[in-house]
Amino acid sequence: MTRIALRLLSAIPTLFGVVIVTFLLTRVLPGDPAVFFASNPSMSTDDIAALREQLGLDKSLIEQFWIYLVALFQGDLGNSLTTGQTVMTEIINRLPASAELTVFAFLLAIGVSLPLGLAAALRPGSLIDHLSRLISTLGVSMPTFVTGLLLIYVFYFLLGVAPEPIGRMDPFLFDPPKVTGMLTVDALIAGDMEVFRAAFTQMILPAVTMALFALAPLTRMTRAAMLGTLGSEFVRTARASGLSRRKIIFTYAFRNALLPVVTTMGMTFSYMLGANVLVERVFSWPGIGAFAMDSIINLDYAPLQGFMLVMAAIFILVNLTTDIVVTIIDPRASK
Amino acid sequence: MTAPLLSVQNLTVDFTTRSGMVHVLEDVSFDIGAGEIIGIIGESGSGKSVTAYTVMGILDHAARIRSGRIAFEGTDVLQMDRRSRDNWRGKEASIIFQNPRTALNPIRAVGDQIADVIARHTPARASEVRGRAVAALKQVRIPDPERRMAAFPFELSGGLCQRIGIAIALACAPKLLIADEPTTGLDVTTQAVIMDLIRALASERGMSVALITHDLALAAEYCDRIVIMHAGHVVETAKTEDIIARPRHPYTARLLRSVPSLVDRIDELQAIEGSLPDLRREDLPPCRFAERCDRRLPTCDAGKFEAALVGPGHTVACRNPL
Repeated sequence: MTRIALRLLSAIPTLFGVVIVTFLLTRVLPGDPAVFFASNPSMSTDDIAALREQLGLDKSLIEQFWIYLVALFQGDLGNSLTTGQTVMTEIINRLPASAELTVFAFLLAIGVSLPLGLAAALRPGSLIDHLSRLISTLGVSMPTFVTGLLLIYVFYFLLGVAPEPIGRMDPFLFDPPKVTGMLTVDALIAGDMEVFRAAFTQMILPAVTMALFALAPLTRMTRAAMLGTLGSEFVRTARASGLSRRKIIFTYAFRNALLPVVTTMGMTFSYMLGANVLVERVFSWPGIGAFAMDSIINLDYAPLQGFMLVMAAIFILVNLTTDIVVTIIDPRASK
Repeated sequence: MTAPLLSVQNLTVDFTTRSGMVHVLEDVSFDIGAGEIIGIIGESGSGKSVTAYTVMGILDHAARIRSGRIAFEGTDVLQMDRRSRDNWRGKEASIIFQNPRTALNPIRAVGDQIADVIARHTPARASEVRGRAVAALKQVRIPDPERRMAAFPFELSGGLCQRIGIAIALACAPKLLIADEPTTGLDVTTQAVIMDLIRALASERGMSVALITHDLALAAEYCDRIVIMHAGHVVETAKTEDIIARPRHPYTARLLRSVPSLVDRIDELQAIEGSLPDLRREDLPPCRFAERCDRRLPTCDAGKFEAALVGPGHTVACRNPL
């Protein structure tokens, strides 16, 4: 417990570092937001200067940072210039969409990669081993937006089995009453199966795109870790003791193989958050990734900083979860 | 001698590797009597561990058993189906390994690892299994066995880990224990303690032990009989005192002269020149020691020959024995 508390405390300097870096990174972006927003031919240089003052861009970098920091402590992430909403509202509205997609894709990837890696390790050189290698290679070498477009082309355009890639919901259906913000979950809570099906089918293609991306490292790591533990001396001891194949594979080999796999899961999940940005764009998914991309293009500082901060917080949480899970599996880790 | 407990006959094992076929064992034969402690001695690569793994059925996939019989109480274990073999190992015969720490599952409590074996081979209830696991720990003289049940291998010393290994191996009271270099990874005092424990447990239970080691002095101290292996051949088999006092195979004789505690003066200590032949060769001579031997005759290369009986229970595979 104290270990976990300590880990949480150690996240504070990390977060502070993230605040500094995101602040500086957004400032070095080329372009002047005041000019950008004043892109109206009738505006004079005075108007632009006034706008710059209004945005606080005339102050020194240190002053700007201080203002940002004070606001941050008050829970104020600033306003989005493009939408006019506070960044907090935007993130709260959009995060569930991203979370729903990422978590579903992640579970999909785990559900496929663990059995696949396991089967490949049990029969090296077999058909299933080659299949796992093919999928891993494809997953590594295909950028997510290419996979996404390819899936849309095949399943929507050619076969017509997938719904139009225009976001989370069939435009002719109403959203379920909002509870979690995740449409499939909310539809289930409301007991509306039609809405659930609609939301779920919208999610399949983007989720498969992201899952394919996550599949590669997970399958490869599961296979390698399983091969390692299956060839280890303690598995030899278990075999020599006549233990059942099932016991040897699951209790002895797989549980030990899980250690590196769990670590890889944490890393993969973090990478998926990054991949999100492109996948959401391709599928017009109204998540925070797409939002961040719009903000960059519009030189909208506040939402961009808010996005990076939220991502950093999720990264830290994921790492913490990984640590806790490893501690549960491996008694050595808690010493 | 009455019918042996284990009889290995003409065992030939090859390994297929990327760099070719390795002829690891050829026509290996020896017996282990009930209650007997035999030592299987040889330098690294002589095939002693492969012999043990073949008996236990834990060879890796590259191994090919070409021919031979391994009769345990008259039944050929090589002909058993997988189910019977799984029922057999761990119960009738078991093995302990060289590195006690890595031979145990690092993330499973040692008590559970012992309980796994007991639960597998006996129709006991869960509560009984625990009791028997504690008893197994007590038997290998582990202090405070109740508390040790929950310990993990990384929390125990090498010597204690080897005791756990022995407890796992002996949990179901096997008739044969194969000890594959059981003390190599331990310091000298722990070595003696572990070997004494193995000997004591063997005589308490009337259990046979095959001690696999490169340490001739250790084997001389604990074994009734000794099997000398060289490059995948059994070159000499005899009672321990006969091997020490009257070695007949040139390799055995040279081996004895290379053991510090078995020679009288330090300048008598001699290394054996050369090294094991490359076992991938297709033109291996009938006697694989011939190329290192100072008693080699022209007839040594003339076809295969059988080990010959040269005394009571003393066999030698040599055309020109001492």
